[in-house]
Amino acid sequence: MTGLAHSGMPTQVGLLAGRAIRRIVRQPAQLVFPVAFPLILLGVNTSGLDAATRLPGFPTASYLDFALAIPFMQGALFAALNGGQDLARDIQDGFLDRLAMTPMSGAALLAGQLGGALFMGVISAVLYLAVGVAFGAGIASGIGGALVLIVLAITISFAFACFGTFVALRAGTGEAVQGFFPLFFVLLFLSSAFFPRDLIEQDWFRVIATYNPVSYMVEGIRSLVITGWDAQALAQAFGLSAIAIVAFLALSARALRTRLVRT
Amino acid sequence: MSALRRTRSVALAVAWRGLHNAFKNPAFLLPSVLFPLFFFIAFAGGLSSVQNAPDFDYRSGYTSFQFAFVCVQAAAFGGVFTGFAIAADFEFGFARRLLLAAPNHGGIIIGYVISAMVRAVFVLSVVFMAGLIAGMRIDGSLGDLAALLTLAICVSAVSTLWAAGIAMRLRTMQAGPVMQMPIFILLFLAPVYVPLNLVAGWVHDVARFNPATAFLEAARGFVSGEPTKVGITAACLAGMFALTVLWARGGMSSAERAG
Repeated sequence: MTGLAHSGMPTQVGLLAGRAIRRIVRQPAQLVFPVAFPLILLGVNTSGLDAATRLPGFPTASYLDFALAIPFMQGALFAALNGGQDLARDIQDGFLDRLAMTPMSGAALLAGQLGGALFMGVISAVLYLAVGVAFGAGIASGIGGALVLIVLAITISFAFACFGTFVALRAGTGEAVQGFFPLFFVLLFLSSAFFPRDLIEQDWFRVIATYNPVSYMVEGIRSLVITGWDAQALAQAFGLSAIAIVAFLALSARALRTRLVRT
Repeated sequence: MSALRRTRSVALAVAWRGLHNAFKNPAFLLPSVLFPLFFFIAFAGGLSSVQNAPDFDYRSGYTSFQFAFVCVQAAAFGGVFTGFAIAADFEFGFARRLLLAAPNHGGIIIGYVISAMVRAVFVLSVVFMAGLIAGMRIDGSLGDLAALLTLAICVSAVSTLWAAGIAMRLRTMQAGPVMQMPIFILLFLAPVYVPLNLVAGWVHDVARFNPATAFLEAARGFVSGEPTKVGITAACLAGMFALTVLWARGGMSSAERAG
């Protein structure tokens, strides 16, 4: 890694991102579980909640089409968790301390670390879409919509990864990152991921889902699958993801500076 | 001291320690309370409209429908959390000292099972209170509720024995997903959101032969005061209990050989 310190920013990012990707590929559990688990749940939910499509006002006749957005979100959560844990491990085993003694830039460290999460985001987004289409999901917005869907899924995944990175840098332990996992799940389950907001009977649940940003991310992906081109839904999903990316990258950069000063 | 007394003494000591650790350290107990509560809130709150689907025939309402699922789920996952504690005991060396000190190793397994069952009763009480606050309707009699509690305790015992078998074989906390995933899959390949007649596709075919379907239908029958599939549930639980006792005993032998 000494060469890394004396190289330019793109080389530093490339080397650190390559390391993050190799670390994922070399641990099959990190690659297989985050990809397979959302697909299993998709299969279970599609069969279990198929009856919901018979309700008046349900936006589609296929629960698979409706639920296809969920694995993208779950994949993003797992990518955030794994990316955060990897960074926490780097902090705990002293890798970050050793890097801090080199002239490597903090921005390169952040970008390289997030490269692994980006890699997971691309792999899982393409796979979820392929599996969904193979099992009969229709993409109402066509091939162009499918491409936008992949870009949106990667953007959301990146936003969650930035959050995972911030938690890892701030807390510095894998346990702390793990501790945030239930929060991710609460955000997903208390959203419109499983049911359209206007059909949720319980007022309190509908209010939480309306204020939960995850609802809008899910609805952005879903709009491309069941509605077609919905500019408002897409703008909300991309907009919220962008805000999350900017906010958590800024917080991560600050947390990294603090951590490097401490070391 | 007779063998029976030795077993009882070891079992009670292990059970007391498990309960003491759980209730003294909220970090151990909280997940087993919060997870079922969260699923209860998310499912009963977010999916209740599905009860308006044609052919959804459960007279006590969707909150009660999900309460029965959460009871079975909380009991099953309580067993898994006990498995985590057993794995931790091995990882940090306590279990090895316990194996040396205890005159009867069968009592150790019984102790862990007792502690899981008591924890299950506590978690179910919390979920029951939450259900009542949420306006859950209970149409079953006190006898039905006692039967529901018995069912949950038996599920807890079976899942604890399953998780104990894994924990004693692998003796590391990294075995957590191996304990958890089969139970998670078994539970979710049952009619979780709607009655079996409304489950579609391949999950319906699997659910018809899944013992967890019988547990859920029996639990929902007790809540609505229309007990159903009680015999098949009892038979499945008895069979699973016998198998998991052998599985846990095998795990104990593996741990004894490892020293």
